Amino acid sequence: MLALILAFPLLGFLINGITGGFLGKKFSAKTAGIIASSAIFASFCVVVGQFIQLSSMEEGSRVIENVVFQWITVGDFSLPFVLRFDPLTAIMCMVITGVGFLIHVYSIGYMSHDKTPPKFFCYLNLFSFAMLALVLGGNLPILFLGWEGVGLCSYLLIGYWYEDDAKASAGKKAFIVNRIGDLGFLIGIFLIFSMFNTLDFASIKQAVATGGANLNIKLITIATMCLFVGAMGKSAQIPLYVWLPDAMAGPTPVSALIHAATMVTAGVYMIVRMNFLFSLAPETLMLISGIGALTAIFAATIAIVQTDIKKVLAYSTVSQLGYMFMAVGVGAFSAGVFHLMTHAFFKALLFLGSGSVIHGMHEEQDIMKMGGLKKYMPKTFITFLIGTLAISGFPLLSGFFSKDEILYSAFSSHEGLAGTGLWVVGTITALLTAFYMTRVTCLTFLGTPRFKEHKEDHHHHEAHASDHNHDDGKEHGHSHGNPHESPNVMVIPLIILAALSVFGGLLGLPGHSWLAEWLAPVVGPHHGEHGGDAYFVMAVSVAVGFIGMGMGYLLYVKTPEVPKKIKNSFALVHKLLFNKYYVDEIYEVLFIEPVKKLGRFCWKVLDVIIVDGAVLGVARLAKVTGEVTRLLQTGAIQVYAVFITLGLVATVGYIIYGIRF
Amino acid sequence: MNTTNVLIFSVSLFFIGLFGVLVRKNILIVMMSIELMLNATNIAFVTFAKELEEVGGQMAVFFIITVAAAEAAVGLGLLIALFRNLKTVSTEDIQLLKE
Repeated sequence: MLALILAFPLLGFLINGITGGFLGKKFSAKTAGIIASSAIFASFCVVVGQFIQLSSMEEGSRVIENVVFQWITVGDFSLPFVLRFDPLTAIMCMVITGVGFLIHVYSIGYMSHDKTPPKFFCYLNLFSFAMLALVLGGNLPILFLGWEGVGLCSYLLIGYWYEDDAKASAGKKAFIVNRIGDLGFLIGIFLIFSMFNTLDFASIKQAVATGGANLNIKLITIATMCLFVGAMGKSAQIPLYVWLPDAMAGPTPVSALIHAATMVTAGVYMIVRMNFLFSLAPETLMLISGIGALTAIFAATIAIVQTDIKKVLAYSTVSQLGYMFMAVGVGAFSAGVFHLMTHAFFKALLFLGSGSVIHGMHEEQDIMKMGGLKKYMPKTFITFLIGTLAISGFPLLSGFFSKDEILYSAFSSHEGLAGTGLWVVGTITALLTAFYMTRVTCLTFLGTPRFKEHKEDHHHHEAHASDHNHDDGKEHGHSHGNPHESPNVMVIPLIILAALSVFGGLLGLPGHSWLAEWLAPVVGPHHGEHGGDAYFVMAVSVAVGFIGMGMGYLLYVKTPEVPKKIKNSFALVHKLLFNKYYVDEIYEVLFIEPVKKLGRFCWKVLDVIIVDGAVLGVARLAKVTGEVTRLLQTGAIQVYAVFITLGLVATVGYIIYGIRF
Repeated sequence: MNTTNVLIFSVSLFFIGLFGVLVRKNILIVMMSIELMLNATNIAFVTFAKELEEVGGQMAVFFIITVAAAEAAVGLGLLIALFRNLKTVSTEDIQLLKE
């Protein structure tokens, strides 16, 4: 049964890939999209069925396991392709197929003017397949297979519009940065195999549970740190986060699906999956929460000044991922998964909303050139606003509960300063998050339009229709020069995601969290009984949320001239933030240039001089020999006769005299 | 007649022929020199056949004369063809085997 979850997206991938390849342009976005979406939907149905079966089981034994086939058998080592469906996998699969389905449907509208929609949907299905393999895999190699698969699809989809050089190199950047993380991940897997002689999650857990004093904690610490390096790459944490903002070069649904809702959370998933191992290594956990907190605040500060709507959301994603790592770093695994889930809802919503704006604004991404879009795209505005409120921690929305859970876990995690420090950083990040998200919303939808508005006019109608090749006049009936609301196929997923962003938090109500109980078999019992200070933490985060939102609203709607003044009086800080702390430039000097130099050395010295020199030298030797002996070939027949004579004399001389030696 | 003297005569004749082959430019002369070399060889064969009382040497001479006749016929044929095409019989002008 579990194999079906994987089979549907794979089937969709094959259908779209093969028929789309043959039919080419005759295969419209609608056909391709319907095939891809129904594949995901079928998968979603199977997941729901399995979920129901799982919840009807007894709490302690909630695992469904299928061995699909024997994958590798070498000597006495055998690796079955085993799929395991437990509470954690169930949550992940629901998010991937559920949110994934909505994004697939949305893409039908978003990609309707694209040149090669079958290719897009084929990659999207392949991604879903790989991501599901990642979360369903019952051992590390299958997880790694999915891990690499999603990396590949991420690369393919970031560089989807590969004719644009910048977009193609953004894809390469993502791929290469992820390779660095994957090296760490692989080393971690090798270390685990050397310690436990097995790669199966259940067996490792068993070994850890029965190991007792025999466990080599030092080696476990190193192994978990290596695994965390892999998570850093995939989940965009400092110092390997640089690829994610650039990954926004891909189509917006891709940003929503891969770079917000699912793939980037793979690192969090992996750590939660291996929580029994990470729990044994407090140093690693400390590092994880530290890096998470640092990333959260670092990315949030950058997000404040960015002007590209997708860049803001990208840095926001990096920041929210930092939150998740902070949570798992303090051992609050279920809080991490909770935030992962709510973040998937509201960040997918925000990305799809921004996609709707970009679509309606005809590929404009600069929020400085927007403003006042509320009038033109009311549905997008409402849903985007809900997403903003959810991520800002507006009371009773999903982000409020999940963020609060993390902040409380951080607050109560360590004795003394460490816990408080994490909490302070997290709270400041919450303030910044509320502020920059309100800023984006205000600049985009409120205020006066900063683009050229057109009056209703037949002239523009034609100009624009030919410009964007809108064949279906109905959809874009009356708003040609002006921004227009997106078609229903895009708006309905927004509405569903908005509903999820509002109500998603109910799964993890503080005190009686359904999610924490549900995940207890995987991550251990929920021990966070909320004491009196929980209300203090909650009050503070509500307060900072409102302060952030209020500041954003006041600055960008009530007094739109003030931000410019602030910007001018802190020009240096603004420049630093706007240029993302110059991290890309620093990496360029520290890593990329030396590697390029090494490459140049290998090319110019090792290859050109030594290798080519040897090969060409042999050729040159033959050539020189030829050049010299060629001179003997005079064409004068008597010269040849002289040589023959000399040869004859030498031969006869040898026979007569030489033979006596 | 002393066998040694005859052999010296044969060798001298052979080298005179060889010298002609190597040095003269006119192909006709070169061919004549070749005939000279063949005949020098014939003399040597005959001398040894008499000295060693061996009939094989005499046989070889007849054989060589026959072959030489054929060679002369072919050679002169080639020479005529060459002259018709190139209007020359000098080895200096006929150096087509170069490169």
